[in-house]
Amino acid sequence: MHLKRESKLRLATVGGLFVLSNSAVAEYGLNLVEPASEITRSVFDLHMLTAKLAFYISVIITVLVVYILVKYRRSSGAEADMQMHKGKFGVFSWLLVPIIVLGIDLSIAGPGTKTLHQVERHVDAELTVKVTGSQWKWTYDYLDNDVRVVSNLQEHEPNEPGYLRSVDKLFVLPVDTNIRFLHTATDVLHAWWVPAIAIKKDSIPGYIHETSTRITKEGTYYGQCAENCGTGHAYMPIVVQVVSKEKFNDWVALKTAEASAAAAEASADKVWSKEDLMARGEELYVKNCVACHQVNGEGIPPVFPALKGSAIATGAVADHLDVVIKGKAGTAMAAWGGQLNDLEVAAIVTYERNAWGNDAGDLVQPADVKSAR
Amino acid sequence: MSDAITHEAHHHGPPTGAKRWLYSTNHKDIGTMYLIFALIMLFLGGAMAMVIRAELWMPGLQLVEPDFFNNLVTNHALIMVFAVVMPAGVGLANWMIPLMIGAPDMAMPRMNNMSFWLLPPAAILLVLSMIVPFFGGGQTVNTGWTLYPPLSIQSGMGMDFLIFTVHILGVSSIMGSINIITTIINMRAPGMNMMKMPIFVWSWFFTALLLIVIMPVFAGGVTMLLFDRHFGTSFFDAAGGGDPVLFQHIFWFFGHPEVYVLLLPSIGVLGMIIPTFSRKPLFGYKSLVYGMAVLYGLGLIVWAHHQYTIGMSIETTTYFMIGTILISIPVGLMIFNFIFTLWKGSITFETPMLFALAIILMFSFAGTTGVMLAVVPADLQYHDTYFVVAHFHYALIPGSLFGLYAAVFFWMPKWTGHMYNERLGKIFFWWTTIGFNLTFFPQHFSGLAGMPRRIVDYNMIFTEFNVMSSVGAFAFGLSHLLFLYIIIKTVKGGEKATTEVWDGSSIGYAGLEWTVPSPPPFHTFEKAPVVK
Amino acid sequence: MTIETNSQTVFGHRRTIKWLLILAVGMFGFGFAMVPLYKLVCSVTGWNSIDSNSAQASTADISQEIDLDRTVTVTFDGTINAGLPWEFKPLVRKLEVTPGKSYKADFYVKNYSNREIVGQAIPGITPWQGTEHFHKTECFCFTQQTLAAGESRVMPLRFTVDARLPKEIKFLTLSYTLMDTDRSALKANAGLVKH
Repeated sequence: MHLKRESKLRLATVGGLFVLSNSAVAEYGLNLVEPASEITRSVFDLHMLTAKLAFYISVIITVLVVYILVKYRRSSGAEADMQMHKGKFGVFSWLLVPIIVLGIDLSIAGPGTKTLHQVERHVDAELTVKVTGSQWKWTYDYLDNDVRVVSNLQEHEPNEPGYLRSVDKLFVLPVDTNIRFLHTATDVLHAWWVPAIAIKKDSIPGYIHETSTRITKEGTYYGQCAENCGTGHAYMPIVVQVVSKEKFNDWVALKTAEASAAAAEASADKVWSKEDLMARGEELYVKNCVACHQVNGEGIPPVFPALKGSAIATGAVADHLDVVIKGKAGTAMAAWGGQLNDLEVAAIVTYERNAWGNDAGDLVQPADVKSAR
Repeated sequence: MSDAITHEAHHHGPPTGAKRWLYSTNHKDIGTMYLIFALIMLFLGGAMAMVIRAELWMPGLQLVEPDFFNNLVTNHALIMVFAVVMPAGVGLANWMIPLMIGAPDMAMPRMNNMSFWLLPPAAILLVLSMIVPFFGGGQTVNTGWTLYPPLSIQSGMGMDFLIFTVHILGVSSIMGSINIITTIINMRAPGMNMMKMPIFVWSWFFTALLLIVIMPVFAGGVTMLLFDRHFGTSFFDAAGGGDPVLFQHIFWFFGHPEVYVLLLPSIGVLGMIIPTFSRKPLFGYKSLVYGMAVLYGLGLIVWAHHQYTIGMSIETTTYFMIGTILISIPVGLMIFNFIFTLWKGSITFETPMLFALAIILMFSFAGTTGVMLAVVPADLQYHDTYFVVAHFHYALIPGSLFGLYAAVFFWMPKWTGHMYNERLGKIFFWWTTIGFNLTFFPQHFSGLAGMPRRIVDYNMIFTEFNVMSSVGAFAFGLSHLLFLYIIIKTVKGGEKATTEVWDGSSIGYAGLEWTVPSPPPFHTFEKAPVVK
Repeated sequence: MTIETNSQTVFGHRRTIKWLLILAVGMFGFGFAMVPLYKLVCSVTGWNSIDSNSAQASTADISQEIDLDRTVTVTFDGTINAGLPWEFKPLVRKLEVTPGKSYKADFYVKNYSNREIVGQAIPGITPWQGTEHFHKTECFCFTQQTLAAGESRVMPLRFTVDARLPKEIKFLTLSYTLMDTDRSALKANAGLVKH
């Protein structure tokens, strides 16, 4: 709201439209996003060729029409040539068009085909990342390292530069490396699109597609889902952080260590304090559960039941664990057993049993979860 | 039937009251109803566009929820395509084809009545499809007009309403098309042979033939979707052995030629208007007719250029790319012929002519961005961005909607017997053309900068382009109130129109509509005229 | 109008309408015919499609030639479709294969839910040139998989990469998407409101 008023004011006072800083005009000019990889560079050059041709053709047609309108306007005393269409030009001129247009077409089709072959060329990938689109987040699996990054929208206000352009977990890639992306989706169509570094291919459930790239410049690149995927289509941005190879290796090592540490932590027979479980539980609940059960635990009845004061969340621990781990048949409640480790399930269940005035009071430890699986 | 009976049966005036319209079998009345229906739906579809632009006016959610927004996007497209441009085109065909070729009426007047009266129920279903989600009808149809599964499988009852809408509209337009072709083939006045027909009649001949070929395929496609949704089949569901990509092929097998269905009647209108106001016969009549035939053929075999990103083989994409680029030949030929009709003419600038000239310029611009889009690697960047939105609005608003406006101004004096106010007409032209360009020209740039289509909200880097678009859209939208005012004013009264209406109207391949009085009597050509 | 022209016109109408109706009905049929046609075209040309990727190779399809001069790296991958409470992963991530030889790769699957679920695995192969040269002789994707509550299973795949695979392709990826054959899960996802 604040933004709206402020911008309108600014628009009104300056009387122009090009005043907002950090704008597309400022950032990109009026052209396709500046390429940062070999493949997008070639596509960019092709785009410039066709765009120039399009521009020249439009100008020629406009100039020609305007010239005719001025020259042959009746107010200047022009008289119509009633026989023109019957003359030689009238009878044979139709041949001209296919020849001219075909010439232009071929001058486009040639480079177009060449770039197409470049797009589809097979280079030996040094890094393979599977990019999975889901309603409404991106999952990046580094297949060579078993590292997984789940990238969700990071909330911002509309007047902040990061609005709809920030994610909680960055997608990190190395520079000067042959990278292969594998594209698929888990529910509906999506399309992973970062114009600066790679061309887009649809992510289709049941299909796997690949694109490849070699990024030539370090930096942060933005993109978002390009194929309509429903409610949250506008809310699944992509942020790619391209770093040096060394930094990338460090990052991978860090991620791998983090993952194994988390696994070790979860499987260790440590007994956790209520504060720790509640804090972790709240964080995990917000990330995984609020879409349906809402932040206040009241759900959206009748589709998504409330947890606040519910029989499950205040009843026996075993039943509660059962629902979270195995899901509930015939409802949208998924089985989280495959996605969350023992510690995470324990934290969420503990949180749900002690938040919003639920007073089960009991703690669920990772060991309890392990035996409930 | 004897001479006497025909004479007697046809000599009363139009019936009065609601019956005149409900039971109408008169091509002029039915044509009028089609046009009024299209006008009403134009305001509905336009209002949706206004809400869309108001929502996109600034970053942040202003007016509507994301699901409702995408439902607006879906229904705006379906209304504009199926309930505005197509009915308006059929309305023109109904009014003009019999008058142009000297036929007393359409070949099957009763079927004609039915094809019109199927439209209002379809429109009601179409509107209901947006309303049911508010009353527990499940998810909105947030797919866009392409209705791609699996997203369209997730939609609620609104989707079923849309499927039935498509069925009804399909039946209506197939019946209308059969009627039009039968009329053109069998009911021409003696001497009006095929290669003498006005170019508008030719354009509708191809349009109708195209509709008969593609509408049933689309009807089949949505029927399969309906079965997948409710009867456990798996045409498009991978889990059951189907393929979601198959729907895209079926949809675009229909969807691409559909563009020519929208376009061709307006090309036909241009072919009537430009000679009239250049006072010079249409240049390249034959090549225009053959060009349309080539366009018809090419249009049917290039559909997959809408799906370059689905991972087809190089050979397939190359084929579709070359085919698509080749479309520039017949389209270029049409533009060429129109330009050379102007050449050495004696040109005046009445409102229909202004629209026609604007169409030549803006549509050829859309053609050039079309060639850009046809090139596969570049399209892998443009695909599903506002660049595409800008391209097809440049193709369809000048290419079909402005063609219809031009037709309305061109023939309104004939229909009503009154001249419209030329000053207001010109104001409307400039207002709407500037508004249109302000709306859609910046969208080329927002698309290139990386703004995908069908998003309800965006980052502030896209703000100015969207502000421009929204300002333009409101101007464009408002201008239609003037359009409505001009129409009402002209219907009510004004300077009397002559039989010829325009001093260049009977030049070249003109129709016979300029030989009957303005307005034409309820029944015309009861005795077939002879064309020399 | 005279009687003659009138009847001629009506006769003409009938003939025209007859042909146009045949065309319309025929095209409606063609819409449905596109389903088998699409599958046919894909299987004949080896285009990338769910059907051609799912096909079981008969021995006749496979060239008997063995290409010892090169190896191809095959990457295995598994994706779980929305709403399916299963775990699914390849037990071997990568395999260096010699074109023409037969190999085996196993996938692990576990049903975490408390009910029996019938799943179907949909294979996808990339790059698309690989589709017609990747022959699956034995695959869990040929049939549906029924897993009882809590059940886990190792599912086998036996395949041959054809020696006719274009030389420039050194990497192939076989990715399975496991889907719940009961599609209500997909629809349930639609109601989620996030913003």
